[in-house]
Amino acid sequence: MLLKFIGYRLLQLIPLLFVVSILVFFVIQLPPGDFITTYVSELENAGIAVSESHIQHLRDRYGLDQPFFVQYASWVQNIIFHGDLGRSFNWAAPVSEVISGRIGITMLIASLTLLFTWAVALPIGIFSAVRQYSVFDYIFTFIGFIGLAIPNFLIALIILFAVFTTTGVSLTGLFSPEFIGEPWSFAKFLDMLPRLWLPVVVVGTASTAALIRVTRAMLLDELQKQYVITARAKGVSEKKLLFKYPVRVAINPLISTIGWTLPTIIGGEIIVSIVLNLPTTGPMLLRALEFQDMYLAGGFLLIISVLTVIGTLISDILLAWLDPRIRFGGVEE
Amino acid sequence: MNIDVTTTNNQLTSDIVLQVKDLKTHFDLEEGLLKAVEGVSFSLRQGKTLGIVGESGSGKSLSAQTIMRIVPPHAKLGGEVLLKRRRKGKDDKIVNVIGLPLNSPEMRDIRGGEIAMIFQEPMKAFSPIYTIGNQVSEAILLHSNVNKEEAKKIAIESLRKVGMSNPEQRFDEYPHQLSGGMRQRAMIAMALSCKPSILIADEPTTALDVTVQAQVLQLINELKDSLNTSVIFITHDLGVIAEIADEVAVMYLGEVVEYTDVDTLFHNPLHPYTKALLKSIPSTANRHEKLESIKGTVPTPINLPEGCRFYTRCKYAVDGVCNDNDIQLTSVNEKHDVRCVRWDEIEEEG
Repeated sequence: MLLKFIGYRLLQLIPLLFVVSILVFFVIQLPPGDFITTYVSELENAGIAVSESHIQHLRDRYGLDQPFFVQYASWVQNIIFHGDLGRSFNWAAPVSEVISGRIGITMLIASLTLLFTWAVALPIGIFSAVRQYSVFDYIFTFIGFIGLAIPNFLIALIILFAVFTTTGVSLTGLFSPEFIGEPWSFAKFLDMLPRLWLPVVVVGTASTAALIRVTRAMLLDELQKQYVITARAKGVSEKKLLFKYPVRVAINPLISTIGWTLPTIIGGEIIVSIVLNLPTTGPMLLRALEFQDMYLAGGFLLIISVLTVIGTLISDILLAWLDPRIRFGGVEE
Repeated sequence: MNIDVTTTNNQLTSDIVLQVKDLKTHFDLEEGLLKAVEGVSFSLRQGKTLGIVGESGSGKSLSAQTIMRIVPPHAKLGGEVLLKRRRKGKDDKIVNVIGLPLNSPEMRDIRGGEIAMIFQEPMKAFSPIYTIGNQVSEAILLHSNVNKEEAKKIAIESLRKVGMSNPEQRFDEYPHQLSGGMRQRAMIAMALSCKPSILIADEPTTALDVTVQAQVLQLINELKDSLNTSVIFITHDLGVIAEIADEVAVMYLGEVVEYTDVDTLFHNPLHPYTKALLKSIPSTANRHEKLESIKGTVPTPINLPEGCRFYTRCKYAVDGVCNDNDIQLTSVNEKHDVRCVRWDEIEEEG
């Protein structure tokens, strides 16, 4: 049953991804001009003259004068058959190479953030709901709203400032100066660990606050349900009852939002990354868009879209696995 | 939780399994003290069915939930619920359920083990994410000394007993795969799987079709007889009471207003509220008469004035007589109590 469901959902992905890729390519083509115009004006600003023939040579090389669908077809063909996302004009290197250098750290930070968010938000949310209107609940409601209201980059700046003025240590970047640009080594890894918590905490604050609210609200709703009373009337102990029945249902929104969490792994938290000077993909995406680095931007958007689609699929599969009503397509009276 | 335990000699007459004395369930709200259950007393005899009847808001369900101690934790409870423990190894020990610490092992042992409960809405009473079998066996595992395999056997046997076809298959099905009637049967199977000495049925047939209602009532009656279980049956439906109850307590606004056996209730009701209730049932005998209804609705039991709680809706109410002091439940005879100061005058008026 579950396998059939997964297979069906996988088949649905094919037309969806096709449409998504056309849209992505259309969007990156939208701004007037292209990378060459930006490139030429940059050079001219710097006082370097560029000959017409050189420009035409560049245009021919990247196929920029060809019609939209021809360009699209060759782009998609290369991705499907060669795994080639094209070349980044700006970095003068294949897109896949440019991205892969940063994607590991981005994913590390993002997954740690996700774990941090869940590990902090779930227990607090559950406790807030079970002890609704207690002092604990009020304190965390207050902290939660503050966390939601303050932009992440501001929190980052405040922490950076506080740590620097008290200890003199600058927490920006993920590595000490001596390791930047060095190949990976155990020493580099150890160097990174004490600096990792800041982006994780900063990026995680808002989502933690939001998740506390969601968990609390969902659980409060579930705690009123008749099936909880039924279980209590059976003689189930309060603790077992809480985790077996209402919590299992209350974490559903958490699972259904995995689909939106995955793309932020690549693209999200650009401002925080810039403020903290993190070698993640966010700032790179921003620059690619600024300079109309078409294939790099396109590669990013495509990866983000694919991750969204896959994330949604994972969410759906997990939900189906957790909730039999979805698995069997049952109807709720 | 404010537990007011009055000391008694803790004795119950031999055939009484549960005695409720002066039960109170109050909620301290901003608007005032809500006396949802106010001094309810009744006793349940071995193998008999006590019907509790009343409108919505009369406190009938809450009385049952108070007996089970599954009311919200901020409720203030008072009075006594004396329970004769009858399961293995308990030797007819008598405990006051209201005096037990909430969620203590003994309280949990009583819930589901000694007193089982079935609820109004079978659609919502099962958790949607576990199989019927999981939820029925859970009760068995909690209250009997068996392993999972044995619990499964008992559960399937239970499902069979309540008339479910193909119980082995039902065991692995989810609640949403069953119809309402089947779910209520599963609910009854779950409640009776631990062989409780008391079954509290809180409007178990209200959400069901009439034909299914009759089957469920018959099932409860059969099981009651074969297992010698005592039943508290809560309903607003006097027709159901006539079919299932041996004794009846009529509740209004948190109080028992009339308490008698089922025959007397239907043939010689004394309280104006009971009379009005009976007149509001459609009958084929006097089909040309207009159906009577009780004017008004049940008020909220916050800051009620002194006197009879039915005063505002009673057509026999007399100013200065009925609204002076709180009315006590008085015995008309050995088997008939009524909470009305004018019951004998009303009898003469006809």
